[in-house]
Amino acid sequence: MSDTWAGLLQVAALVLLLAVSYRPLGDYMAHILTTKKHSRVEKVLYKTMGVDPEADQTWGTYLRSVFAISAVGVLLLYTLLRVQHHLMMALGMPKVNADLAYNTAASFVTNTNWQNYSGENTLGYVAQATGLAVQNFVSASVGIAVVATLIRGFTRNRTDRLGNFWVDLTRVLIRLMLPFSIVFAVILVACGSVQSLGDHMTVVHTINGDQSLYTGGTASQEVIKLLGTNGGGIFNANSAHPFENPTAFTNLIEIYLLLVIGFSLPRTFGKMVGSHKQGYTLVSVMAIIWVGSLIFSTFFETHHHGINLADGHAALEGKESRFGIPASTLFMTSTTLTSTGAVNSWHDSYSPFGGGAAMFNMMLGEIAPGGTGSGLYGILILAIVTVFIAGLMVGRTPEYLGKKIRPTEMKYAALYILTTPAVVLIFTGLAMALKGETASISSGNLGPNGSPSPHGFSEVLYAFTSMGNNNGSAFGGLSGNTHWWNTAGALAMMFGRFLPMIWVLALAGSLAKQKPVPETEGTLKTASPLFAGMLLGTILLVVGLTYFPALSLGPLAEGLH
Amino acid sequence: MSRISAPLRRHLAAIRAMLVFTVILGIAYPLLVTGIAQLAFKNKANGSLIKNASGQIVASSLLCQQYVDKSGAALPQYFQTRPSDATNSSNSSDPGCNYSYSAGSNLGTDSATLKSTIEGRIASYAKAYNIDPTKVPEDAVTASASGMDPGISVENADDQAPAVAKARGIDMATVDQLVKDNTTGRPLGFLGEKYVNVVTLNLALDKAHPFAAAKS
Repeated sequence: MSDTWAGLLQVAALVLLLAVSYRPLGDYMAHILTTKKHSRVEKVLYKTMGVDPEADQTWGTYLRSVFAISAVGVLLLYTLLRVQHHLMMALGMPKVNADLAYNTAASFVTNTNWQNYSGENTLGYVAQATGLAVQNFVSASVGIAVVATLIRGFTRNRTDRLGNFWVDLTRVLIRLMLPFSIVFAVILVACGSVQSLGDHMTVVHTINGDQSLYTGGTASQEVIKLLGTNGGGIFNANSAHPFENPTAFTNLIEIYLLLVIGFSLPRTFGKMVGSHKQGYTLVSVMAIIWVGSLIFSTFFETHHHGINLADGHAALEGKESRFGIPASTLFMTSTTLTSTGAVNSWHDSYSPFGGGAAMFNMMLGEIAPGGTGSGLYGILILAIVTVFIAGLMVGRTPEYLGKKIRPTEMKYAALYILTTPAVVLIFTGLAMALKGETASISSGNLGPNGSPSPHGFSEVLYAFTSMGNNNGSAFGGLSGNTHWWNTAGALAMMFGRFLPMIWVLALAGSLAKQKPVPETEGTLKTASPLFAGMLLGTILLVVGLTYFPALSLGPLAEGLH
Repeated sequence: MSRISAPLRRHLAAIRAMLVFTVILGIAYPLLVTGIAQLAFKNKANGSLIKNASGQIVASSLLCQQYVDKSGAALPQYFQTRPSDATNSSNSSDPGCNYSYSAGSNLGTDSATLKSTIEGRIASYAKAYNIDPTKVPEDAVTASASGMDPGISVENADDQAPAVAKARGIDMATVDQLVKDNTTGRPLGFLGEKYVNVVTLNLALDKAHPFAAAKS
């Protein structure tokens, strides 16, 4: 079979898997988020937590519950990392430094999973499984809970009650994340991923002397890292490491896992608002962006001439032989269009436009399909902006799903749209202005006089784009494990995660208070190809253009020189 | 309960929730998966380890090794893996494929360092295997993402085969057959790329045609 056909079939197989999952998974998630019945296990859990599952919360209470579990999560994970040398299966690893522990705790609780450490020589097995993996589960489920609340803002009328955070969280964890993870973890092990626990590392007698082999609960953590669009690797090399991602088959499964919830949530949305067409409209926009970006990146990687190399020899730098270029760009596109940030190849070594596309994917706000929950609330905000712009054009009060988009709603939407770019660009500017901090750019990417090359600037821009959007992938040449980068990074990740959540929940509260407006002749049809096109345009213009000046200093300057 | 303030109650609930979820998702879940994995897929779950005749673990078929001498020079009787940046930075003589330091170069395409590194690799590969420098396989001169990549392209293996056959004093047909035996096609016929597993190939060579015997 020719390489082109193999590459196309690979994409087709993935699309088929996702398409088959769309209805059943989307409907199942809608069921989880709307049913009145609590299972027996859940009742026990609510009792243990000391919460009343029947209480209906206001958006403020819901938000404070999100903050409470996140604050507890950061403290718990921080403590665990600081005392890991006293835990079982620590493998002789010392405690994690204070600033690195803080950065890592913020990183995993915000669903970013930026890694300033290298797993196999920093963390014991218990810290990985009970610390990082638990946050993988919880942070992903918090995202779905928040988007459920926004959808309820559309479906409920004249109320200030939007659901119960503890119920949403528990159900998503117990009914969705856990069973999925068990099944797929076993599949990964069957394909060669490792899963063993022990107090010592296995010794391997190689030709060059003995080496210690780190294994741990890799498969179990790998699955939730992808399913929950987290991305923090067990190993430094993340999903490029053969123990995490042993074959091109597991590679396909892993890409499926990181996309499947994001691409199925529009169905959940359609089901909950009572119009599947609304879901299809959103998922088609997501799919168009995903396919477009994939074509763009694959083209530049396969026509990669390595700027400096006359005979072109650099396209496989930072890529694995079992994946090759198509399976690497497929992973890269999917991981940066969701908030995953797991990598099976190093984005730093991609061609200038390939790496630039990875950055642009994140800059779009990770909405195609985006992180678990966060992708859908991101694109819903953009849909609101779109109906607003359309309303201005024809001079009508804009409406979306029977709710008026008034100045209050637009203020929250505008704040949402502005928050992430502000975080990304302010922190990038700060890092570039501080002479000491540009020293973290990898020396091979500095120009002759020690000033950053366009690619060096890209490393910094990529870092804050990734952290501000809670992605977690990196142009890995940057040495982020310093006091300044650990601290600034943790702040960027928390602003990028929690400020938008405030705007989303406040918006949900304000929508739910309204009474529904009946649909008339003049109402803009939001389940139509026309609206999908307008939404696509809004995404590219409103969000994409914000970053154009920054992109032109980095990947564009590098690629066009 | 009613006398506790609402914020305090909420944070107590959060603490209890995190503890409960840590037990279920952080302890029970990985233990369950480990149990199933160790019962049903023992070898794979432990890292696809390979033992020698005396029972020592000598390799994982998933992780590369460097076949070099103490000075870092390639041993001609072995197939060579791709360049690996998985090294312990505090040990300058670390040849790569260090299981504790999985990593790639992370050098960008406009990097002068990457350029000179790749040019140096092209020159030495062309010399070692008597290949036209413009025809050197790409995977042979670029570092993998993980630094653990045990695979090389079929062209790369074919280029190296004559030198390995010569060093061991065995005929080409034997080496070609072993290369073929250790080649993995695309899963399902279209996923990823075809590659030759250097680690299992070298072990098979050592088993079938030990180098010490070839020297005499």
